[in-house]
Amino acid sequence: MDYALIWAILISVAVFAYVALDGFDLGIALLFPWFKKEEDRDVMMNTVAPVWDGNETWLVLGGGGLLAVFPLAYSVLMPALYMPVIAMLLGLIFRGVAFEYRFKTKRAKGIWDLSFITGSLIAAMSQGIMLGAMLQGIQVTGREYSGGWFDWLTPFTIFCGVAVVIGYMMLGATWLVMKTSGDLQRQSYRAGWYTTILLVACIAFVSLYLPYVDPFIAERWFTYPASVGLWALPILLAVMTIGLLRSLHRKQEGRPYLWGLGMFLLAYTGFAVSIFPYLVPRSITLWEAAAPDNSLKFLLVGAVFLLPMIFAYTGYTYWVFRGKVDPDSGYHD
Amino acid sequence: MFESFDALFLARFQFAFTIAFHIIFPAFTIGVASYLAVLEGLYLKTRNPVYQQLFRYWVKIFAVAFGMGVVSGIVMSYQFGTNWSVFSDKAGPVIGPLMGYEVLTAFFLEAGFLGVMLFGMNKVGEKLHFFATLMVAVGTAISAFWILSVNSWMQTPAGYAMNDVGQFVVTDWFEVVFNPSFPYRLAHMLLAAYLTVAFVVGAVGAWHLLKDKTNAAARKMFSMAMWMALIVAPLQVLVGDFHGLNTQEHQPAKVAAMEGHFHTEARAPLYLFGMPNQETAEVDYALKVPGLASIILKHDIDAEVTGLDQFPREDWPPVATVFWAFRIMVGVGMLMVLAGLWSGFQRLRGKLYDNKLLLRFSLLMGPMGFVAVIAGWIVTEVGRQPWVIYGLLRTADAASPIDKAGVAGSLIAFIVVYFLVFGAGTFYILRKMAGNPEQVTIPDYAKHKATMAAERIYDEEV
Repeated sequence: MDYALIWAILISVAVFAYVALDGFDLGIALLFPWFKKEEDRDVMMNTVAPVWDGNETWLVLGGGGLLAVFPLAYSVLMPALYMPVIAMLLGLIFRGVAFEYRFKTKRAKGIWDLSFITGSLIAAMSQGIMLGAMLQGIQVTGREYSGGWFDWLTPFTIFCGVAVVIGYMMLGATWLVMKTSGDLQRQSYRAGWYTTILLVACIAFVSLYLPYVDPFIAERWFTYPASVGLWALPILLAVMTIGLLRSLHRKQEGRPYLWGLGMFLLAYTGFAVSIFPYLVPRSITLWEAAAPDNSLKFLLVGAVFLLPMIFAYTGYTYWVFRGKVDPDSGYHD
Repeated sequence: MFESFDALFLARFQFAFTIAFHIIFPAFTIGVASYLAVLEGLYLKTRNPVYQQLFRYWVKIFAVAFGMGVVSGIVMSYQFGTNWSVFSDKAGPVIGPLMGYEVLTAFFLEAGFLGVMLFGMNKVGEKLHFFATLMVAVGTAISAFWILSVNSWMQTPAGYAMNDVGQFVVTDWFEVVFNPSFPYRLAHMLLAAYLTVAFVVGAVGAWHLLKDKTNAAARKMFSMAMWMALIVAPLQVLVGDFHGLNTQEHQPAKVAAMEGHFHTEARAPLYLFGMPNQETAEVDYALKVPGLASIILKHDIDAEVTGLDQFPREDWPPVATVFWAFRIMVGVGMLMVLAGLWSGFQRLRGKLYDNKLLLRFSLLMGPMGFVAVIAGWIVTEVGRQPWVIYGLLRTADAASPIDKAGVAGSLIAFIVVYFLVFGAGTFYILRKMAGNPEQVTIPDYAKHKATMAAERIYDEEV
């Protein structure tokens, strides 16, 4: 069996779970500047308070998993992306503590709102920049990163950072549509609409720009007939976008978030297709990066049993906290 | 001195700083999670409302500390790669899967049930809520299991071989996980976490008893904490001694540094105080008891005790740091034993809550568990130097190819952010602790379940 490939898929699932779940709770913070009323912000935060730290655990699994099964990729990517990684970690600190601190003080509440917004912005932006940096490729000599200190910083990576910020805002807005009611929900519908349109524009730009500048990606997507199957991705993406906009228009509360997740899944698959089979683009393939089979098998045995359990009890938590968030509830009494 | 501030030094300092901050929170949350499970269990069994009051009091403190633990922990899971990439590449196949198991068996369990524990009281039944609390507590302990296995493997590697690209690969997973120092280190750390929290709880109880000795909730807290001190502190001394003997067997140079023994000698002295001098290989200004180290380490006054002169100089750890950290840890441990015995004596006299001196002493002991935990980690980690994987990979050969400016920048950012953010968190925790546990109100959950609403009152109008 090709354990390296199985693990590449599992790590991709973990990273996608992170993006799908932490995406909406980062997005909620990113929407804060447009929701100025304190009561609205309380409700927004309470829609994610019981689940945010489970959501961030997927990021730990992404990092820990990469170290475990693709140690070479981990040890090249982290130094290569040193600054955005550190910035992301610091951003996550500022936003993570705000969940508790914000309700511990009245006078300094504004400070922790700001900490929540800025921290989330830095984290989301850094994640987008890392994504962009992987797409543009990472220079390696031997088993070490050999590129420059600022290779990750280009107009393209910044654009990717902005795109991820907008994407998370879309997820946040559609999540709020599902979890809130009244004025807050009406405003979320509007936010959902604008962010979806901006996001589609971003995805379209990246999809056209990359093949234009990068022959490898052009070949991957435009080789007849091998690439024809891949064309399902942009077509499905268009379908999802229309579905999302239509469900927003028709005020179907529960649907927009699911359509939004669909869009993310397709864009994410597009990213995977564009870098496959590399884990460190154009330098190290997933097979070259893999730990010995013995390590891959040892962890796989556990993952096969534990991941379904994790999905089950995480699902249970979401089920316990299903439905609209009551503006008057919360445990911070 | 300044030439030693190279990129390697800064990377080590950054790791030491971020992990020293991080360890405070798990040490605290491991203990508090178990305490909460005990409180909720006792409430369900006895229906004594004071247990429910204490649960609600401590669960909010727990929530703040847990949040800080999560965010400072995410930093750790990426820092192996950002700053120790050579180590990650070489040791990843061994330690990576153990950390993977930590995430899969512990972190998800804690995080998954934390939401129900904090916010779900009016959404699930009380038995289910208790189950969630138990899962959080179990999760914290499982997490300690895996991460201490990783650390212990770096101290006493076993069950490995090398492959042709220079990576450590596993020949026997059981030997890796249950490597020689692991059982001792795990027991020592778990007890340390429980003791740390016992003294924090004791100090909070003592603070409120000093204001009003009839405070029932504070009495309960203080009494529970002092039972822990009486039983667990002496147990910890015993476990610590076993751990020391294990270290003597596998890392004799570390024990030599802990004891300040530069020379191998029979009737080795126990240094109570002194300034170990790495250059001259002598302990300056020594205050020593002749022969006592031979008795403690070998249980025989004439036995020869190995000194650092048995090892090449380039393999010596920084002696003074290890020597002093060890004395601080042991000193705090002795004070903990003293507190336990003293409280036992006062309890026998029926004056546990009346003796102001004991209450004041307990108040001062409040933060001492953290001091001992950090000192203990300095002993074991600095004592492992100059190796990152003992005897196999030098710390100097394990760092990332990041230049000095980069590490300096991130280090400064970490220092500023940690003091700011975790300083604020500590302030909020202390303010919670200043609140009177007796005044914690218990909402009527059955009623709230029907209306799905609860009051929102800010903790402090400030």
